[in-house]
Amino acid sequence: MSLNGLYKEVILDHYRTPRNRGELENPTFQEGGHNPSCGDTLELYVELDENDIVRDVRFDGHGCSISMASSSMMTELIKGKSLDEILELIDIFEGMMHGEAQFPDSDEYLDVASLEGIADFPVRLKCATLAWDSMKRGIEHYRES
Amino acid sequence: MTENPVPSDVVNERSPSLDVDKIRADFPVLQRQVHGKPLVYLDNAATSQKPRIVIDKLSEFYSHYNANVHRGIHALSEEATDAYEEAREKVKDFINAESARNIVYTKGTTESINLVANAWGRKFLEPGNEIVLTYMEHHSNIVPWHIVARDTGAKIRGAELTADGRLDLDSLEDLLNEKTKLVAVTQMSNVLGTINPIRQITEMAKKVNAKVLVDGAQGAAHSPTDVREMGCDFYTFSGHKMCGPTGVGILYGKYDVLDEMDPFLGGGEMIDEVHLDHSTYKEPPWKFEAGTPNIAQAIGLGYAIDYLNNIGMEKILEHESDLMNYTMRRMNYFEDIEVFGPLGKRGGIVSFTMDGTHPHDIATIVDQEGVAIRAGHHCAQPLMRKLGIGSTARISIYFYNTTDEIDIFFQALHKVREIFGNVAERTV
Repeated sequence: MSLNGLYKEVILDHYRTPRNRGELENPTFQEGGHNPSCGDTLELYVELDENDIVRDVRFDGHGCSISMASSSMMTELIKGKSLDEILELIDIFEGMMHGEAQFPDSDEYLDVASLEGIADFPVRLKCATLAWDSMKRGIEHYRES
Repeated sequence: MTENPVPSDVVNERSPSLDVDKIRADFPVLQRQVHGKPLVYLDNAATSQKPRIVIDKLSEFYSHYNANVHRGIHALSEEATDAYEEAREKVKDFINAESARNIVYTKGTTESINLVANAWGRKFLEPGNEIVLTYMEHHSNIVPWHIVARDTGAKIRGAELTADGRLDLDSLEDLLNEKTKLVAVTQMSNVLGTINPIRQITEMAKKVNAKVLVDGAQGAAHSPTDVREMGCDFYTFSGHKMCGPTGVGILYGKYDVLDEMDPFLGGGEMIDEVHLDHSTYKEPPWKFEAGTPNIAQAIGLGYAIDYLNNIGMEKILEHESDLMNYTMRRMNYFEDIEVFGPLGKRGGIVSFTMDGTHPHDIATIVDQEGVAIRAGHHCAQPLMRKLGIGSTARISIYFYNTTDEIDIFFQALHKVREIFGNVAERTV
């Protein structure tokens, strides 16, 4: 267990210069999330096309480097994907956080795979999963409506 | 410039008040290493560490005289009851209460406040009555009042803070009127380290005949406590923040106030007579102690009080004050650190943020250096909103901490800067 496994350069890069940060004016759905124990907050804005493919996504919120970098990475990854594909990615991410799954060996997943070191820091798991949990809940709410 | 500059006018010398090396030897956990480094425990506002004597006394209870209290007539029960009630006497002396009958055992400050909210609040609060809190309260001195206000129709008011994080007494004065039935205020903020002028507050509250509850969770552990001098109706604190076990806390109440309150929990030990359709209750404090209490923990708290008294609460206060002066002067040296709370007199708590680094990341990185600190909203969301921040990092000291440990903490903060890349030392 070392800090090098946690604070990788790619994670710090997403934290310092987050991708897809901000709001969308007319999202198809919007989902908030927060960690009551630590005060981190997140708001996701998701715009779908007519085939329920993510056309655009933004996130806003306050949190630590892990929660913000994880949000940034997730928004990059899900753009252009269908909701079912995204749910599969969320499953892989949750598995990775418990040291039980890995993303496929492809450039597309390089950034998000860098978060696997967090599995060694159980108290920080909720930071990493905030965006993914919120997205999953957002999809469920969207499908219920 | 070195990695860990110490301003030339800030001298790292052991406080003359206490023989801290000797004290530290009493605490087994302070001998251990964390991530290969000596533990530097700076999360004392969350809970304190325990001296060997308290740990041994818990074990002794279970090994030698474990029995229920106030029930059996056998030898073990008598020994257990004596020790349990003797600890109540020690608590009474520790806070200078009128009598041991003013001392109710609870499981902690939170339960003490909930007891008052339910047993006093539900009986005496009426629609339109007002409960006055402050913006620096811990959730445990806010949420119980929400619940009882919702059920009684009482309203919650909040006294404002000054720009440097002290209680704004003018704002408090403005809130007090004939509708005010209770002022519930913390003795010391668990975020800002602010120490409130309790005596002055009780005098203000008495003018409108309001009761005063003091949250002493961060108070009793750190300085001499005199509930009669404070003049409050209720004083609440926890054993585990003052070298005692978890699971035991205290509610002090003025006797006539305790006497007119309803019971809190019903059950064994709190009753006088029970019929199938009604019952009568014991007198306070036993009226509030339903069921088997945390016996070993109460006895352990008594020994924690002995331990603190042997050192001396005045000396503890002096040592912590010296250590805080040292800490604050070093804090102010760094331009990338913002400190919250009063610049002058404060208790042994410093909440801070660092430019470009979230408090969680600070806590994780210093933990790898063996330094235990807290990060988050510290169960004080209304205060965090006032401060306009989501969270802070917090160090909180106790009498066993040293200037050397503070130096290690600042060294660890430099690791934060290495990783997050924002070295902004003030040049002197």
